[in-house]
Amino acid sequence: MVGFRRTSDGVAARFARPEAAIIRDLVEQVVELVQPMPSATEADELAALVGMSDGALDSKELPDDPVLARLLPDAYNDDPDAAGEFRKFTESGLRSGKVECAKTLLDTLPASGGKVRLTSEQAEAWLRSLNDVRLALGVRLGVTDDYDALDADVEPDDPRFAYVQVYQWLAYIQGSLVAALS
Amino acid sequence: MSVAPVEITRPETEEQAAVDQPWLTIVWNDPVNLMDYVTYVFQRVFGYPKPKAEKLMLDVHNKGKAVVAAGAREAMERNAETLHGYGLWATVSHDA
Repeated sequence: MVGFRRTSDGVAARFARPEAAIIRDLVEQVVELVQPMPSATEADELAALVGMSDGALDSKELPDDPVLARLLPDAYNDDPDAAGEFRKFTESGLRSGKVECAKTLLDTLPASGGKVRLTSEQAEAWLRSLNDVRLALGVRLGVTDDYDALDADVEPDDPRFAYVQVYQWLAYIQGSLVAALS
Repeated sequence: MSVAPVEITRPETEEQAAVDQPWLTIVWNDPVNLMDYVTYVFQRVFGYPKPKAEKLMLDVHNKGKAVVAAGAREAMERNAETLHGYGLWATVSHDA
């Protein structure tokens, strides 16, 4: 894996089979997480059915899962009503946009690995999707501004060790893609 | 933490809109997004030239946040929505 390079008609990189498998697996996990929820009406009906109180399943609140909260953040810091309204009108579109980018990546990255050639449009979808994966990993790993501390802190026998390596590796791929597109 | 002053060059009419409806799009620092990626997103989303996009990225990185656009509320909300699509942590706020 030497990262993405610019070609005459886009960008290209080569992935080994295990590399492709890791990326595909992480991207699929993000898809699972951000897939649009049932529509508000369905959710309300479901809530009524199981006897939950009004609004228990509405999507006006910042998600509890810290990864989802990072991927679908509030647009207002100090105004919960405005944040809720904004979320009501934008969250499902944001979710489908992320799923779409992920699908573009999955469609263009063969499970067996090999050469990946992308148009600039596909490359942009890759960028966004890789970024979502890194955000998700970053939250789960507890990445802070002091990344070196985490890196030094996580020993090879730590269950997070492999993910820290993957996190770094994905940053390298994403960085090469930005450079190839710039 | 203070809001970084940002010079925004825009046509007269938009300038006026910004004065009348001083809403802001703010991007917050986060430890995951790559600096080059953030610069790329500012160029792509706002059409800013690279030096300006880089300066804004550095403001976000060094000061914790930066105002990346100002204008009508609806436009700032569209910005936030677009930036969320790129995974940037963006909020809308009324210029105080």
